[in-house]
Amino acid sequence: MSTELPLARLVRRLLFVVVAMFAFGFALVPIYDVMCKAFGINGKTAGAYQGAQTVDEAREVRVQFLATNAAGMVWEFGPVDDQLRVHPGASQEIRFIAYNPTDKPMSAQAVPSVSPSKAAAYFHKTECFCFTQQVLQPGERIEMPVRFIVDRDLPADVHHLTLAYTLFDITSRQPPVAVLPATPAKESLQ
Amino acid sequence: MSAVIDDHGHAGHDHHHGPAKGLSRWLLTTNHKDIGSMYLWFSFCAFLLGGSMAMVIRAELFQPGLQIVQPEFFNQMTTMHGLIMVFGAVMPAFVGLANWMIPLMIGAPDMALPRMNNFSFWLLPAAFGLLVRTLFMEGGGPNFGWTFYAPLSTTYAPESVTFFIFAIHLMGISSIMGAINVVATVLNLRAPGMTLMKMPLFVWTWLITAFLLIAVMPVLAGVVTMMLMDIHFGTSFFSAAGGGDPVLFQHVFWFFGHPEVYIMILPAFGAVSSIIPAFSRKPLFGYTSMVYATGAIAFLSFIVWAHHMFTVGIPLTGELFFMYATMLIAVPTGVKVFNWVSTMWRGSLTFEAPMLFAVAFVILFSIGGFSGLMLAIAPADFQYHDTYFVVAHFHYVLVPGAIFGIFASAYYWLPKWTGHMYDETLAKLHFWMSFIGMNLAFFPMHFVGLAGMPRRIPDYNMMFANFNMISSVGAFMFGATQLLFLFIVIKCIRGGPAAAAKPWDGAEGLEWSVPSPAPYHTFTTPPDMHTLHEHRTGPKHD
Repeated sequence: MSTELPLARLVRRLLFVVVAMFAFGFALVPIYDVMCKAFGINGKTAGAYQGAQTVDEAREVRVQFLATNAAGMVWEFGPVDDQLRVHPGASQEIRFIAYNPTDKPMSAQAVPSVSPSKAAAYFHKTECFCFTQQVLQPGERIEMPVRFIVDRDLPADVHHLTLAYTLFDITSRQPPVAVLPATPAKESLQ
Repeated sequence: MSAVIDDHGHAGHDHHHGPAKGLSRWLLTTNHKDIGSMYLWFSFCAFLLGGSMAMVIRAELFQPGLQIVQPEFFNQMTTMHGLIMVFGAVMPAFVGLANWMIPLMIGAPDMALPRMNNFSFWLLPAAFGLLVRTLFMEGGGPNFGWTFYAPLSTTYAPESVTFFIFAIHLMGISSIMGAINVVATVLNLRAPGMTLMKMPLFVWTWLITAFLLIAVMPVLAGVVTMMLMDIHFGTSFFSAAGGGDPVLFQHVFWFFGHPEVYIMILPAFGAVSSIIPAFSRKPLFGYTSMVYATGAIAFLSFIVWAHHMFTVGIPLTGELFFMYATMLIAVPTGVKVFNWVSTMWRGSLTFEAPMLFAVAFVILFSIGGFSGLMLAIAPADFQYHDTYFVVAHFHYVLVPGAIFGIFASAYYWLPKWTGHMYDETLAKLHFWMSFIGMNLAFFPMHFVGLAGMPRRIPDYNMMFANFNMISSVGAFMFGATQLLFLFIVIKCIRGGPAAAAKPWDGAEGLEWSVPSPAPYHTFTTPPDMHTLHEHRTGPKHD
């Protein structure tokens, strides 16, 4: 058959497609993050926000706070206030309290989410305990501040938004070596 | 395992050796007909195994309350039923048909890569050995549904999930090699004069299916690799605790999963496009539009995946995009249904078993298509999501779609494979029992689904009891009837009226130009394309 060479080339090309599609599967991971960020979907919030805005005194929105433990997490975890009324553009602070009731040191990671998801892009955190991991010694209790600004450009039909944290036990992944001074509420500048 | 070993004394092929003797024939064979037969038998075994799991499910759902199995085992049954039917029954059956028929249809002596062909078959028993073994392991087999959503399949999975992952890897490699083989065969080994637009539609649909497989099976391999890494190597692709996202899993999975749906149906489209003209004694209506419609379906299958995820919280524009894109698929599919009906229009119809299955395919697949359209309506999907309506929908496209397409193909080409005619009376009985059983089993699921019965739950509200009992009776009927199919096939292999080279007077195509049973080696010299000439240009009835 005279097809010997084209066959080898064809198979090589097809194998290349296979490898490329395998890589594409992994490329979907960053693409997913980029898309979520670009469209402000999935309630994902951006990292630390730097900047200030002028306060829009005329408008007031309600921000509710939720704290949930992921499955298997035993800490007591919650906000000091259920909600705040804020003016867009103004810097606000809310504190969350975490308490480790067990007899062993544990580390935790909080993952934030904002709903409605279209508001996520307009919710800026200038400081958040979710930017770092928390390590608590047995019986230790901390107050963790979140400082945030609701953007002035928040769509007009959003009158109230919810900031929800899910707290995950990551002790097995990130053994609680006392890297962070855990006692005082951190005043880290991001 | 088959009458292809029969000596036939066909003078033109005397200089070729026949098949080897004994077990090594099957272990080492590179013959496309042997490998095709092995694929088909493997697929039938998987069909019976997956089917018996469906019987366990339907037995448990015969009445409300827990009677027969524990919920944990019920979950394993639904999961394994889906996995085995999708990857073990439907896909290998089509690869088997491709192995047997594509070289015969395009005038090639064998598949382009015969040794790889052997390897890709023998990976399957290994893969399914691994998969089925998990049922006997501590903690049980996969219990997270055939879509294995994270974190059910990662954080909360039984220990055996690693074996499941490797099984998926192996069957993925097998499918990819099979697909590469099909592409290479179709593009490189066509007989002179067999241009692309003269190929039978089964070859066309398989070529497009093969490209789909090459494009998406690696993505499936990727997603299970990510699971493996999450479970064993501390990554967090799908774990929110480490910055990952479980919803990402669903996106990657359905990027594979939706084209997979068409992988399971396009070859059946192709087979039916050969069978309906044969028993209508008319050439296929709209051949070119069939080819383009297949291509359009394949393309659209890549941009509709999130319609499986309307309820996870995608933005409104996303819901609208995926809703309209999904509905768009109805256009090329409608073209196909229109062409099949037009082919039958004013044809000289006869209803032998292949035609019965093919006609039932067109009607019942359309019902499944319509329920698919209902599910595509994003706001309505919030009600239908994860109910038995979804179960009814995909069983209506897979059972009378893929499975009936395979039955139709089997009856249509059995005379060519075995050299004997099958028992038409029994085959018609098989059809009617399957038809009635299948509709009894799945039609009531529409009603209980719309009324809110959730899927994958071993117990249900009393108000669903009657419909579920009907479903179970239909399922038992459908299941038992498949043993009749086994009997018919074995009977046909062992004897029966001798089949002519072309047992169906309206059939067209190169495969009917070789004797029945097809000799062990065919088309060692490329065929004379004049015999093919009537294939599309016009009917020349014998």
